[in-house]
Amino acid sequence: MLTLESATVLFGKRSALDAVDLKVADHEIVCVLGPSGSGKSTLLRVVAGLHPPDGGRVLLDGADQTGVPVHRRGLGLMFQDHQLFPHRDVGANVAFGLRMHGVTRGDQDRRVAELLELVGLPGAERRAVAALSGGEQQRVALARALAPRPKLLMLDEPLGQLDRSLRERLVVELRTLFARLGTTVLAVTHDQGEAFALADRVVVMRDGRIAQAGTPLEVWQRPASAFVARFLGFDNVVDATVTGAAAGTAWGKVPVPDGSPQGPCALLVRPAGVRLGSPEAGLRCTVGARTFRGNHVAVTLHPESGPVLEAECPLRDTPQEGAHVGVTFDASETVVLPAVF
Amino acid sequence: MRLGLMAVPVAFFAVFFAHPVVAIVGRGLKADGAWQFGRIGEVLTRPDILDVLWFTTWQALASTALTLVIALPGAYVFARFDFPGKQVLRAVVTVPFVLPTVVVGTAFLALLGRGGFLDELAGLRLDTTVWAILLAHVFFNYAVVVRTVGGLWSQLDPRQEEAARVLGAGRFAAWRRVTLPALAPAVAAAGLMVFLFTFTSFGVVQILGGPAYSTLEVEIYRQTAQLLDLPTAAVLTLVQFAAVGAILAVHAWTVRRRETALKLVDPAQTSRRPRGTGQWTLLGGVLLTVLVLILLPLGVLVERSLDAPGGYGFGYYRALQSVEASGSTFLVAPLEAIGNSLQYALVATAIALLVGGLAAAALTLPQPRTDSAGGTPLAERLVRGFDALLMLPLGVSAVTVGFGFLITLDKPPLDLRTSWILVPLAQALVGVPFVVRTMLPVLRAVDGRLREAAAVLGASPLRAWREVDLPLVRRAVLVAAGFAFAVSLGEFGATVFIARPDNPTLPVAVARLLGRSGELNYGQAMALSTILMLVCAVSLLLLERIRPDRSGEF
Amino acid sequence: MSTTRTTRGTKQLAATAVAAALGVTALAGCGSSDDSASGSGDTKGSGSKTVTLVSHDSFNASKDVLKAFTQETGYTVKVLKSGDAGAALNQEILTKGSPRGDVFFGVDNTLLSRALDNGLFTPYEAKGIDRVAADSQLDAAKHRVTPIDTGDICINYDKKYFADKKLAPPKTFDDLAKPAYKNLLVTENAATSSPGLGFLLGTVATYGESGYQDYWKKLKNNGVKVVDGWEQAYNEEFSGSAGGKKAKADRPLVVSYASSPPVEVLYAKPQPSEAPTGVATGTCFRQIEFAGLLDGAKNAAGGKALLDFLISKKFQEDMPLNMFVNPVTKDAKLPELFTEFGATVDRPATVAPGAIAKNREQWVQSWSSLVVK
Repeated sequence: MLTLESATVLFGKRSALDAVDLKVADHEIVCVLGPSGSGKSTLLRVVAGLHPPDGGRVLLDGADQTGVPVHRRGLGLMFQDHQLFPHRDVGANVAFGLRMHGVTRGDQDRRVAELLELVGLPGAERRAVAALSGGEQQRVALARALAPRPKLLMLDEPLGQLDRSLRERLVVELRTLFARLGTTVLAVTHDQGEAFALADRVVVMRDGRIAQAGTPLEVWQRPASAFVARFLGFDNVVDATVTGAAAGTAWGKVPVPDGSPQGPCALLVRPAGVRLGSPEAGLRCTVGARTFRGNHVAVTLHPESGPVLEAECPLRDTPQEGAHVGVTFDASETVVLPAVF
Repeated sequence: MRLGLMAVPVAFFAVFFAHPVVAIVGRGLKADGAWQFGRIGEVLTRPDILDVLWFTTWQALASTALTLVIALPGAYVFARFDFPGKQVLRAVVTVPFVLPTVVVGTAFLALLGRGGFLDELAGLRLDTTVWAILLAHVFFNYAVVVRTVGGLWSQLDPRQEEAARVLGAGRFAAWRRVTLPALAPAVAAAGLMVFLFTFTSFGVVQILGGPAYSTLEVEIYRQTAQLLDLPTAAVLTLVQFAAVGAILAVHAWTVRRRETALKLVDPAQTSRRPRGTGQWTLLGGVLLTVLVLILLPLGVLVERSLDAPGGYGFGYYRALQSVEASGSTFLVAPLEAIGNSLQYALVATAIALLVGGLAAAALTLPQPRTDSAGGTPLAERLVRGFDALLMLPLGVSAVTVGFGFLITLDKPPLDLRTSWILVPLAQALVGVPFVVRTMLPVLRAVDGRLREAAAVLGASPLRAWREVDLPLVRRAVLVAAGFAFAVSLGEFGATVFIARPDNPTLPVAVARLLGRSGELNYGQAMALSTILMLVCAVSLLLLERIRPDRSGEF
Repeated sequence: MSTTRTTRGTKQLAATAVAAALGVTALAGCGSSDDSASGSGDTKGSGSKTVTLVSHDSFNASKDVLKAFTQETGYTVKVLKSGDAGAALNQEILTKGSPRGDVFFGVDNTLLSRALDNGLFTPYEAKGIDRVAADSQLDAAKHRVTPIDTGDICINYDKKYFADKKLAPPKTFDDLAKPAYKNLLVTENAATSSPGLGFLLGTVATYGESGYQDYWKKLKNNGVKVVDGWEQAYNEEFSGSAGGKKAKADRPLVVSYASSPPVEVLYAKPQPSEAPTGVATGTCFRQIEFAGLLDGAKNAAGGKALLDFLISKKFQEDMPLNMFVNPVTKDAKLPELFTEFGATVDRPATVAPGAIAKNREQWVQSWSSLVVK
């Protein structure tokens, strides 16, 4: 469906996109994940034709899109802040793309009704855009983008402005909806939860390059670099040197999985792999802040040596703040990453 | 694309402005085939010319400052408050703008002169003082500020100011830090227009200032139309050009520095009834200003048109209806002048909207990024130069343009010297800057991503402009059309210099009537001025009524 | 693709606008179609059937008289007016050689030299020129211009004011400088107004080049007020006019025309038995207006016929009530309005056109620095 061949965009001397190669297959949902400034929005704009690449090509269904203007690419794009037309009502917003494609009035009306039904706003045609809540605007923007049946639907921070519970519900709704419609989706977000819930495949970007691509599970289990790991929210990353089945770190020796590459590396310890015991055994730490996370508690630990550690504790066994504990590490929850230079 | 849109306005300005003006200036500065640039120094060292330059500049600055101070509260009140009769009043304050200066002079003398309002109230006579000129300039230009600034103001989201208040800013501080910067381009545009109008002021200065005060424009008129001293006129025209060019450059610079994408909302949502003593006082103050400064002089005209011998009545109006009753000043009945005026003004408005609309569109169209680095800056510079060019007709004397027409439009296919179309063309020349100036700030404030959204949904750039920008700026278009129409309706300077068969416009008819002695002539002139006033007010009122509907399909 | 689409869009817009403009044009055409003076229809058929008269804004003639001309000669008159007398003449000078019309009417003796020096006109001796008073024929040798009318610029006075004050109105230039008439006179800017210039020339003719400045010093000390134009002086400052009464004007003396009192009578309802204003006949400067065949006229034959017609008895007798001027031909009878309410000016002041052309600017400038500044 979509192929990017070493797409490059320069802003002055800085490259917003640095020779990015990316493929999105039919019916696939790909999520580009990255911090702000990583070039992920630029990626969408290049695909949409809103920004000409300084190098490389964009192909849709194998056809080179160079020189094809935005309005002839047949894509859908849902903007970060929706960009609904303030002077049109809900129905006219959804019908806009259909009108541009010369759909007859009757077909427009039917399709608009159908889409509003689909996004859970049946009969909202005559409502004013300004009177909609954030979630409703979101749905209208989605309906508008879907209406002309785009080859590829692109979403820019689709759920960025919504509150958490709504976001979690909508992610599920969207995924179900896209699966049902068979839509090919390229989404962009900085929220890993959103990306993992939505995507078939996740692409992590950093400074205009792809840092890692893979299924959510792959990326989650085996981050490709310290950057990806930290971006996914793992803070227990330290410089290490692997010798045999253990790595030497600022926290002392940490066991690593069998077959880990030897020598200098970065080491990730998932919070679940940080085990708390009596202060006599293992790395001696002082308990800092505790954060309730539903089925577990995230505990910040201040070791005698080395950077702060985060641990995941069952509700019952959480130590008091200020208590002293001994920390041991679980080899199955550690990941050896390429060394950070 | 952009250059394509610019073709029509560029051609229009080249043929009907640049060429005539260059030709007449060239005629003045060229003797025996050689340029006589020495004339510039000669003219500019004459003490009387230096006096004119100095007076022209300072009275324009003072008038602009005074107009802004008096009219900005008005712009606020009209933008943010709902009160009965608001639409009518907004149309009425625009009326002075279209009245011929002869008529306005009369009305203003009644306010400031002997036995006038101020004289009877405080024994104060301001005629033949510079105050009369300044106040008359406020009278004329009040609407420019109210419409240009108020138009944008009514679309600014009041919640931004509210946010600043919550953050601890006082009412005035919030206004100064949040609203004023957002309004700055519009205030600058309005200030610029007022400055241009007052810098090139002609009739007001002549009538209210007496022969002791003379502006550059008056001097150019005298040198061209009376003395046919084209070299001196050419030098003065160049000076005026340079001054206007400098102002435009400063304006362009300030606007570019401050331009920001604004969040525009429906004006209906931002205005409400005033609350609290402060707001009522503000409203009262503005209404009082409008009453004294605008309604009172206009009222004098109406009063005089009804004050027939043997008591108040419509005698003068009846006299307008037929050639016989009007004496024989006209070959056609004065009432037909209304029809003539409306027709000319409609054509002029159509031309101004076409030319100005295309120009404004070209100036705000998103610049397509080309991969060649060399092309874009040049095109960009061209576009900016064009922006300034559009304003120049406001800074050039009507007599210069009119005389320029004579020596350039004399060959087929453009032998238009005796054609009626020349009148609306000349009027449109003055209307175009209004259209562009009114539309640009609003067009530029439209969020570019809305256009992108339209493009992704399949709209070509032009279509996106039509679907997104145009509906959002429809109000601005209407305001611009209203201005262009009103300006054309009251235009006198260019019209009077263009040879035309005997179908006088309203201002020309008024001038003819006033040029004759006799009570009936004077009375009819007042009646016709009153009609001009009403025609204008009604036209503007109709424009105010055509509000864009919410769903906005067209 | 995108460009073709765009172009079409632009064209549609343009076409719509043009159509709108044309629609309005058609309307405009309808509005003026019954205007007998315009003969655009005829022009297309055979160009020689229309003769174009270019003039200033004050030109006016009765429809019947113009129709009579068409009946007599077959030519239809198209009248073009542009600006006041000075501006209209200057426009002709600018378009010399490629004129907009065939005949120009409206150059007076204060501007005559400028027109002749620029070679604006082709000589033509109009039929019946012998009926024109000799003192009006300022170009009798070459006949480049034909005198058409005369008018006198004189002090007008407000009769009621002087009757109320039991004061005799002034008669001569000398009177105006007398203390009895202090702060009573308003005049026009000689630099911008034609009557203002005429009045100044009258004083030059009376007191000579050496004496007029002293006279104006006296006038200034006697409180003369100068405003920019006739409209303002007459309608705003002069207590004898309709406008002046409404504006509570306080100047009973104004520089205007000898024909102003009859006009006051004509345009009053009901018509008074006596004019409200009078003329100080010793303060008059005579203006003579000329017409000429334009050099490069497309319809020279028609132009000549029109010139003949302008001094015909019919036109000469129609003229006074249309333009409020006096005929130049001896056989033309003045309308009753003029004989009954007008003043007879026996010895108006005059200055030779050559002297005016040579000194005008200098006179006006020294006048300005003396009186205005």
